[in-house]
Amino acid sequence: MMKAGIGSAADIIGILISAIFVAAMLIWVERRLLAVWQDRLGPNRVGPFGLLQVVADMIKMFFKEDWIPPFADKPVFVLAPTIVFITMLTGFAVIPFAPGVGIIDFNFGLLYFLALTSLSVYSVVLAGYASNNKYSLLGGLRAAAQTVSYEVFMGISIMGVVMLAGTFNLREIVEAQRDGWFIIPQFVGFIVFLVAVIAESRRAPFDLPEAEQELIGGFHTEYSGMKFGMFFVGEYLGVTLSSAMIVTLFFGGWLGPWLPPLVWFCLKTAVCIMFFILLRGSLPRLRYDQLMAYGWKVMLPVALLNLLVTGAVALTLHG
Amino acid sequence: MELILFYISSAVAVFATVMMISGLNAVHSLLYLILSLLAIGILFFLLGAHFAAVLEVIIYAGAIMVIFVFVIMMLNQGQKTVDQERVWLTPGLWIGPSLLALVLLGEVLVVIAVGGTAETGQLVNSKQVGVALYGPYLLAVELASMLLLAGLVGAYHLGKPMIKKTRQGRDL
Repeated sequence: MMKAGIGSAADIIGILISAIFVAAMLIWVERRLLAVWQDRLGPNRVGPFGLLQVVADMIKMFFKEDWIPPFADKPVFVLAPTIVFITMLTGFAVIPFAPGVGIIDFNFGLLYFLALTSLSVYSVVLAGYASNNKYSLLGGLRAAAQTVSYEVFMGISIMGVVMLAGTFNLREIVEAQRDGWFIIPQFVGFIVFLVAVIAESRRAPFDLPEAEQELIGGFHTEYSGMKFGMFFVGEYLGVTLSSAMIVTLFFGGWLGPWLPPLVWFCLKTAVCIMFFILLRGSLPRLRYDQLMAYGWKVMLPVALLNLLVTGAVALTLHG
Repeated sequence: MELILFYISSAVAVFATVMMISGLNAVHSLLYLILSLLAIGILFFLLGAHFAAVLEVIIYAGAIMVIFVFVIMMLNQGQKTVDQERVWLTPGLWIGPSLLALVLLGEVLVVIAVGGTAETGQLVNSKQVGVALYGPYLLAVELASMLLLAGLVGAYHLGKPMIKKTRQGRDL
């Protein structure tokens, strides 16, 4: 299972720290980039280019009162924000950053990613339940229905990639893209996976569970201080993880000319993250019934069709 | 090393299951059940069944249990159900199931003492699972999918009058 160079202490600590660092910096990146695209300035007061905004935000969160409502289900209330943080962070274990850089070379890496994303929904659902508040409950219910629905075709959409590569191992999937990135033969799969991933990370235009205008803050209405911070950073960890997965599955991972593999991987992931942010600045939020109808009536059939066609083509070419 | 991990996660699984059965709060019980499923996933992993381990987490812990939590949240009963459970779960109720569980425990002890089944652990990859499912067990797969289809049609039928009512009352 383990191969040389992967899973050394330096790798583990480095990946852990850089994942958290990137997720924290995204708080600033998102606000600044959105501002640029909307012809505003964004946070530019603290430090050069406003870079220290993250530090200021962190200090604010640390010193805020960490309040647990008296009507809440206390143990579950405390547990909920840690789940998204832990599941997303452990998800980075299977990401193939570069040859020889990574934490574990797991044969079912792709399924491991799916398992962790499906576990991360508990965070939102339990937060909604434990807050014992109608708005939070609505947010939690929406999150549960949304994630369970979109998870279905998220799994199906990447089976085309698995068929072409012939493996669930993410490193072998990257290696299989030497002759061409999978976005070309699997364009439909890519689109479906992208939509599903955005819905799973609960970002605009699929941010119904928190929908500020209708549900106050949705599942995190009652959360304050560091617990809210965990949800916040957990969301960005999810975005980073999803971008890394998209790059691995469809954009050839670390493959690329001239530059070292790790640089290629980081560059591609950064572009992907920026796409996530741009999407938030450009698309309006869906209505709940639209979300469900879109998922089950459009995305699921498209994903199944993609699977069928890919299977047929693979059979005629190789079988 | 693996033996220690195995026994730790087994202990977690057993403890979580006991807590799940004896708990009064439905959501807390569900959380223990999820924990127990995760522990069993780790057991599968340690025995070399990586595919089964990941599927256990995706399907049981990740999908089915989310729906359970969803339903319990929809029926959000709060303290009332906890009191109800307390009334129902009298000590006398435990005797029957406990005796039956003791029989099973005795069987397990006998099996361990005799040492009948040697470890036949081997790595099973996803391809073998697929070949088995769509080869000799194709009929079972078809039957299971028919059962699921029946469930789907039933759920659709049950959901139908609700849609009509909302249409009459207010636009969707």
